[in-house]
Amino acid sequence: MKRKINIALLRALCIISAAFTCALVLFLLVYIFAKGVPNISWELLSTKRSYLTGKIGILPDILNTVYIIVATLVFVLPLGVGSAVYLSEYAKNKRLVAVIEYAAETLSGIPSIIYGLVGMLFFCEFLDMQTSLLAGALTLVIMNLPTVMRTTQESLKTVPQSYREGAFGLGAGKWRVIRTVVLPGCIDGVITGCILSVGRILGESAALLFTAGTAHALNGFFAGLRSSGSTLTVSLYMYVKEEGEFGVGFAIAAILMVLTLLVNLLAAFVGHRFKRRQNDE
Amino acid sequence: MKKQRAFENFVHGIFLILGLITVGFVLLITLYLIIAGIPAIREIGILDFLFNTKWASTASEPSYGILPFILTSVYGTAGAIILGVPVGFMTSVYLAKLAPAKIRTVVSGAVSLLAGIPSVVYGLVGMMVLVPGIRKLFHIPDGASLLAAIIVLAIMILPSIINVSITASEAVPREYEDASLALGATPVETYFRVSVPAAKSGIAAAVVLGVGRAIGEAMAVMMVSGNAPNMPELFGSVRFLTTAVASEMSYSSGLQRQALFSIALVLFLFIMLINAALNFFLKRSKE
Amino acid sequence: MNDIITVRDLNLWYGSVQALHHVNLNIPEKTITALIGPSGCGKSTFLKTLDRMNDLIQGVKITGEVCYKGRDIFARDVDVNTLRKEIGMVFQKPNPFPMSVYDNIAYGPRTHGIKSRAKLDDIVERSLRDAAIWDEVKDRLRKNALGLSGGQQQRLCIARALAVEPQVLLMDEPTSALDPISTSKIEELCMQLKEKYTIITVTHNMQQAVRISDKTAFFLLGELVEFGDTEKIFSNPTDKRTEDYITGRFG
Repeated sequence: MKRKINIALLRALCIISAAFTCALVLFLLVYIFAKGVPNISWELLSTKRSYLTGKIGILPDILNTVYIIVATLVFVLPLGVGSAVYLSEYAKNKRLVAVIEYAAETLSGIPSIIYGLVGMLFFCEFLDMQTSLLAGALTLVIMNLPTVMRTTQESLKTVPQSYREGAFGLGAGKWRVIRTVVLPGCIDGVITGCILSVGRILGESAALLFTAGTAHALNGFFAGLRSSGSTLTVSLYMYVKEEGEFGVGFAIAAILMVLTLLVNLLAAFVGHRFKRRQNDE
Repeated sequence: MKKQRAFENFVHGIFLILGLITVGFVLLITLYLIIAGIPAIREIGILDFLFNTKWASTASEPSYGILPFILTSVYGTAGAIILGVPVGFMTSVYLAKLAPAKIRTVVSGAVSLLAGIPSVVYGLVGMMVLVPGIRKLFHIPDGASLLAAIIVLAIMILPSIINVSITASEAVPREYEDASLALGATPVETYFRVSVPAAKSGIAAAVVLGVGRAIGEAMAVMMVSGNAPNMPELFGSVRFLTTAVASEMSYSSGLQRQALFSIALVLFLFIMLINAALNFFLKRSKE
Repeated sequence: MNDIITVRDLNLWYGSVQALHHVNLNIPEKTITALIGPSGCGKSTFLKTLDRMNDLIQGVKITGEVCYKGRDIFARDVDVNTLRKEIGMVFQKPNPFPMSVYDNIAYGPRTHGIKSRAKLDDIVERSLRDAAIWDEVKDRLRKNALGLSGGQQQRLCIARALAVEPQVLLMDEPTSALDPISTSKIEELCMQLKEKYTIITVTHNMQQAVRISDKTAFFLLGELVEFGDTEKIFSNPTDKRTEDYITGRFG
């Protein structure tokens, strides 16, 4: 009898926990959209902030977010894919591989505030980039490197060994084999890495506060990279915490939620296709 | 032919450099934190720095004791673990063992959304819902407190705990569970008596990962914890190691600024310890 | 007949396990040589040694000498990529690249520096004709090669190997993954290719060895037990172990 009660209790607890998790997500979605959507207007999205009229527009913040995503990916993709290729195609020394993998794990465990601090010291001060989107992007490159590296490595594992043998058997050199046969096969992993990185960059704030800065100026891409600029996430923090503009905060939060949803759906979609292709082979 | 070989060696060299770049970054971060963090500790004195309970960096006679931050981080993390782990763990059991496929897909989707929400959004909701809620519920003048931070952190570490525990319990060989079921144990009994003990290293890894996430979170905590450098109190305004760095960085100078780097160094050491523990448990769970 | 490949006292180790023991063998030009023997006897290892595909495996150690046209292939100044152009390889499982039929065939020539479109078109057609698959794929040269049937894929891989104009073609059980009809097509093809190329093939199928090969080499436990004319090996073997194997007493 007691046993039955215990079992029923544990079962109920499991279900309640899962239901709680779901309810939490549902609450967050409903609450943020209810508070945020009424505050989103075309004017908010299409203008920049004017201190003269006191009006707030987040166009520069949207553009800054796009700029920093593009700049980060431009740097992190070659680095991440390159290190993954080194690990799975070139590296023979097991110790070295273990060291590199440990380093990657360490990087993914470091909190973003520390990245922000080191980014500020190294990029902004030591390399004299000042507080700029570029310094922010480079900081994000270090943060996202392990992600791109891991997803690429996973998909390199799925490139059949027979492709490599076939190409080597025709007398192709190592680099040619990698470029023509191996790399095209791991494109899924690279895309997954990109999507995950975009998600992380969208959500990042602590690492950017002291590296990319908090300015709301409207700039072109290259001018933007050289000057201080606030991404959507950083702007949310600044508007809410420093200025008490909760309406704008919720509007940005709603936009960020939509983007997060999109990134998640995209990642799920690509992951699904990825699996299916693996099963085909 | 010689040219070809030289070219291949060149390409190999480039990839070697790319491969080593992660190691380079880790060294860069470690080095910078040590170089930037040591001077203030030497000037203040390590004991005074770590165990003095008073942080007054801008006072006319400044005092740089970070014990309040260390304890707040420890208490805050412990609180988040106490709240978050049971819920996360139970959810993972439900997802891995009990849930029908369709519900599983929906709930997993919800969990990964939870993981993707930016921390400032958690901070915002915490600020607008939790902080006033705590104020009214407990009749205190300000709800921005350690408790609010603990609740926000508990929610934020949920996805990590759920995902890692699921991976761990999925790795338990089916034969174990079948054997237990064949002896007449019910599914729920089987999971808690057989699967969970078999997956305990993996679950330990989930907890450690949660600790790492909680201790490293800055922005959400900054928005709900009040930010006064007090010794930790559940209903009091507190400052964490992470927020101590973030809140004064923009206007700091001189020794104050250097002390902030030292705080980051202390935080980094905590993280390295946690990473080592995480690695230990992950390796054990693979074996 | 000239010997195109001569093997002298070849030994090979995987780590501490010796996989080939003192192999000596001469392979005459424009013949088909079959390598037979039970699984794990070293015949595939031996085949892979001939174009140094074993280089890709870690911990392999080789002693002895393998001469291709009189030159030791392990000599320091030999470029392994040039060697593999001269000595092509067809694998057990068809392994077309995930590209179009055309690009698969053109892969080798492009690798070795041929860029002219007209030349490539020419090579692709000739190779596909030589591999007796031209008529089946000439309308789908731009389609992905993974869409072909298993037998077609294998002939495509043969065509791909022919496109770099090798002198020797190594085949590692080229028909073991195919159905009987595709198998007989490949066998026919081998007989035609003999006019221009030297073929060395590993096979588990002894009828196949009899049907297509001029010479047969019997391997057992990493040792070359017997090597000679196929007819003689199968009708009147010198070694007791060869007789036991071909009469089906073990293996």
